Amino acid sequence: MIRLERRPTPSRFWTVATPLLAVGLTMIAGGLMFAALGKDPVLAIRTIFFDPLFNPQFAAYSRPQLLVKAGPLILIAVGLSLGFRAGVWNIGAEGQYIMGALFAGGVGLAFFPASGWYIFPLMVLAGALGGWLWAMIPAILRTRFNTNEILVSLLLVYVAQQLLSAMAVGRMRNPEGGGFPGSRNFAQYPAASNPELIAGTGMHWGVVTAFIAVIFAYVLLQRHLIGFQIRLTGQAPRAARFAGVAPARLVIFCLGMSGLTAGLAGMFELTGPAGRISIDFNSGYGFTAIIVAFLGRLHPFGIVLAGLLMALTYIGGELAQFMLGVPSAAIQAFQGMLLFFLLAVDLLSNFRIRLARAKTT
Amino acid sequence: MTDRPTLLEIRGLTKAYPGVVANDDVSFSIREGEVHALLGENGAGKSTLVKMIYGLVRPDAGSMTLRGHDYAPPEPSSARAAGVAMVFQHFSLFEALDVAENVALGMENPPPQRQLARRIREVSQAYGLPLDPSRLVGELSAGERQRVEIIRCLLQDPKLLIMDEPTSVLTPQEVDILFRTLRQLSAEGTAILYISHKLEEIRALCDSATILRLGKVVGTCDPRAVSARELAEQMVGSSLMIPERAPANPGPVVLEIDTLNLRSANPFGTSLRDVSLQVRAGEILGIGGVAGNGQDELLAALSGEARALAQAVKLNGVGIGSLGPLDRRTLGLLTAPEERLGHAAAPDMTLTENAALTGALRQGMLKHGFLNWARARSFAEDIIARFDVRTPGPHVAARALSGGNLQKFVIGREVLQRPVALVVNQPTWGVDASAAASIRQALMDLAAGGAAVVVISQDLDELMEISDRFAALNEGRLSEPRPTAGLDVERIGLMLGGAHDMDVADPEEIAHVAE
Repeated sequence: MIRLERRPTPSRFWTVATPLLAVGLTMIAGGLMFAALGKDPVLAIRTIFFDPLFNPQFAAYSRPQLLVKAGPLILIAVGLSLGFRAGVWNIGAEGQYIMGALFAGGVGLAFFPASGWYIFPLMVLAGALGGWLWAMIPAILRTRFNTNEILVSLLLVYVAQQLLSAMAVGRMRNPEGGGFPGSRNFAQYPAASNPELIAGTGMHWGVVTAFIAVIFAYVLLQRHLIGFQIRLTGQAPRAARFAGVAPARLVIFCLGMSGLTAGLAGMFELTGPAGRISIDFNSGYGFTAIIVAFLGRLHPFGIVLAGLLMALTYIGGELAQFMLGVPSAAIQAFQGMLLFFLLAVDLLSNFRIRLARAKTT
Repeated sequence: MTDRPTLLEIRGLTKAYPGVVANDDVSFSIREGEVHALLGENGAGKSTLVKMIYGLVRPDAGSMTLRGHDYAPPEPSSARAAGVAMVFQHFSLFEALDVAENVALGMENPPPQRQLARRIREVSQAYGLPLDPSRLVGELSAGERQRVEIIRCLLQDPKLLIMDEPTSVLTPQEVDILFRTLRQLSAEGTAILYISHKLEEIRALCDSATILRLGKVVGTCDPRAVSARELAEQMVGSSLMIPERAPANPGPVVLEIDTLNLRSANPFGTSLRDVSLQVRAGEILGIGGVAGNGQDELLAALSGEARALAQAVKLNGVGIGSLGPLDRRTLGLLTAPEERLGHAAAPDMTLTENAALTGALRQGMLKHGFLNWARARSFAEDIIARFDVRTPGPHVAARALSGGNLQKFVIGREVLQRPVALVVNQPTWGVDASAAASIRQALMDLAAGGAAVVVISQDLDELMEISDRFAALNEGRLSEPRPTAGLDVERIGLMLGGAHDMDVADPEEIAHVAE
């Protein structure tokens, strides 16, 4: 009989080791799934985890993609993790990401074709503002009218998507685009573009911002009173109120921060890798970042690793689809397994497993 | 009594949990019809022992015999079948069902409702436990709910009745009724295993006592033949520190509540109604009352978790009723809630973090919004050293501490911040005798140093021991506070029961007025 015993304090070893164990278990279970689909499991796992980085044929393209994909994931996930730690569930980062891009795009297009050093910083501010404002809707509805921020923020994603389509075919459409939907390409507008900073690395301003956000979040959580209040509210809400935390202000802060980072991610994506406002501009970063946040145990440094790992499964997954003909649903299932195993083995950090024979007296 | 045959014999019972031996070679015996006390501090192993007798926990070693037959109940239902019944400290009753339905739910083969209702009435009359089988449990007081549990046990005609801390929720009058019932049961031959750490009760009720310390039997005695102090010393293993009280010399009014009305945030809570009180510097005001009569709400109104009109709560004459916890702490009004884990302290956070939970402002841990963890750690170490908190160090999570040690930490955290006024709810609830004594001493020292102290507690002995004045909460109303000196049990009982116009009914007072 297997028994679970609660540890008096969470195990430090397992807190670090469980993500690695989860990755290992995902490889095994994913390998079985690929085998069941008639693919060579070892080859599939190798294509996902190894080829994007080290295969001479693909690495030149794939390696920079790692930071390009991980950057927005990390940036959004760090913002979300603050709220998740406090029990504030922003599920609508995808919508805030779109709004950040729309606000920034609007500012950039308004200045076109002027040049000036101030245009790009203004777009950064507009992107942050757009995401922040979109997140304020669930924040204010929750604090004023006690609505559920999970539902409100999620439904606002679909509103943002409709706005995005309307803009892509309407106000923001490129007048020189021959009637095709989509805005001007910001990559071809130097005052508003977010180029690769070091050639061949995928590093752009969004990635830089993501790393700044990681350090900011770390200092906030470890040293600042607000970070302490966030952790306290998540762990013991009643103790937090006793300590003097104003719950409404904390909700507004957390939703605001996550909206702001999501808006920034959208802005940098628009001006960099994506280039233009289009109907299918958003590609699910806002939702995947939720997985990244939990995979990284809501810890800023963990989120960096989780973002890189998740980006790798994306790039490797695409490669596996392309090279081995693995269906894209299988890749999504593979990513789902990762989250599933992580949550399952999480148990080990708070519990000890003991094997004991059932006694009969 | 000694000529009666042995009912239950326990030999060498041992039960170990990881890291702790809850019971180590425990042996004693209970005679038929005997009221046997099981005494011990928290963590001494009383609960584990009775759980083994009741079949909830299986012993690692040792054996029991009931009336000469081997007795090893694999589950509570076989314990009940063998004639062992138990009344738990926390009741397991459904509030939406009536008394008879609740009783039926706890029986193996319940008779039809009408027959059962008649049986309940018979038993309740026979044992002097007034109870109407058709009333909803949700409408009953704690004392009446306990009667439901007792009658449920009595219907099974037990040979041994185990009672776990039965008086902790009762008023003095209800305790008297309970004791009469227990004595009657004992006279009819039912043995009672009575768990408590209230020594006077045990001396009043029990024929013999087994004392546990750290899982071992350290003594068996006749509690009527030894003093409460001797019992306590056996229980604690060292001589007991009896709090000393410097003569009170109250100063000006520090903390004042003026006709406070407050709806409870909890839908099942009790709203405060027209509560007024004044506490002077150097004074301890004791507030008694049965749990659930507005204690939590009163603490929340003082801590700032519940807001009221500014002038409803005053500290040194300044209206603070509309301020939050941080502002009140800055002004010097500190509080310690009843629930240690989850309210007064965050279970998964370290003691250092828990020290910062209320201490950040007053202990200079904050600079431009940044927390100075080194200061927080040294404050935590200070609390641990000065309040004798038994723990490996300030890096330990709060939930790893035993209840008593965490309580010492929580009280120490507030006391060491040198409050102008301190309000504590149930400061020694579930705390062993020596820790309770040192907590009481700390509260008295604080008052002697000029702070105004309010102690909300259900332990009347404690309130009589440390407070200068006493008031009682009943259904959200606070009685007029009276000097503790000269109060007797009858009068306290009336105050707890909510007799607000007792002054008129008091013949002495009338005589006094008539003069």
